[in-house]
Amino acid sequence: MTAQPTTLKILTAVTVLMLAAATLMVILYAPLEAVMGQVQKVFYFHVASGWTGMLGFFVAFVAGIVYLITHKRIWDIVGVAGVEIGLVFMLICIITGSIWARPIWNTWWTWDPRLTTATIMELVYAAYLMLRQGVEDPDRRARFGAVYAIIGFLSVPLTFFSIRIFRTIHPVVIGGGDSDATGSFDMTAKMLQTFMFSLATFSVLFVTLLWHRIRMGKFADQLEQLKMKLLA
Amino acid sequence: MEGPANTLTYLIAGFAVIFGIMLIYLVSLLSRWNNLRKDAELLKELEKKE
Repeated sequence: MTAQPTTLKILTAVTVLMLAAATLMVILYAPLEAVMGQVQKVFYFHVASGWTGMLGFFVAFVAGIVYLITHKRIWDIVGVAGVEIGLVFMLICIITGSIWARPIWNTWWTWDPRLTTATIMELVYAAYLMLRQGVEDPDRRARFGAVYAIIGFLSVPLTFFSIRIFRTIHPVVIGGGDSDATGSFDMTAKMLQTFMFSLATFSVLFVTLLWHRIRMGKFADQLEQLKMKLLA
Repeated sequence: MEGPANTLTYLIAGFAVIFGIMLIYLVSLLSRWNNLRKDAELLKELEKKE
């Protein structure tokens, strides 16, 4: 496997700096929300994590389609990378949401449409990784993964729009929310700047992680092919 | 007039989860890279023997 490209090294450094800057912005720059207090600051990375998670699943969806058309193994590697990163960030989103909910909703968990659909989505993609392990043949595994990623993606718009279609207590920050929502707030200019910067940071973080994960996947694939050659 | 609620503990817990999970994932990536490098060396040796 060739050495890390310079662009990736620069991107990794930029990501670390952006993440540090976003953390400082959340802690020092974003104003304290009048009712919820400090816990509201979890919101910036909570939403950004959710966005990154869905981005990962979207990448897997697109990679699945491209794989079924081209049958190139690289798209299977991209798909797995997208799902894996998506799962990590969706897990962060779900747990931070639960931590935020404790003081605001007075409960760690409630089977609200958003929480339920997000959990189903996480489980759908966790199953993707587990079921792949059971398929030995790489081409069959890739085909299965592509079809699963395409069908599994149905859970993403369902989760995204759940707070906009169903009656829910989950706040909708952008656009109108349900009148029953608890924990809504109006964003000030500084809050909006912090929010947008956090989204940008997590998007860059996603690209960096995806690149690293794809490189690893390609390396693993090369080794698997070498193993097959030696065994033949 | 009452001020904002004191929810600092929850903020700390939230950030611990965010950076904790990210760190675990990074460690898992590094560990898998190292294992793959070891496998590659082993396979190269086997290839030479053949």
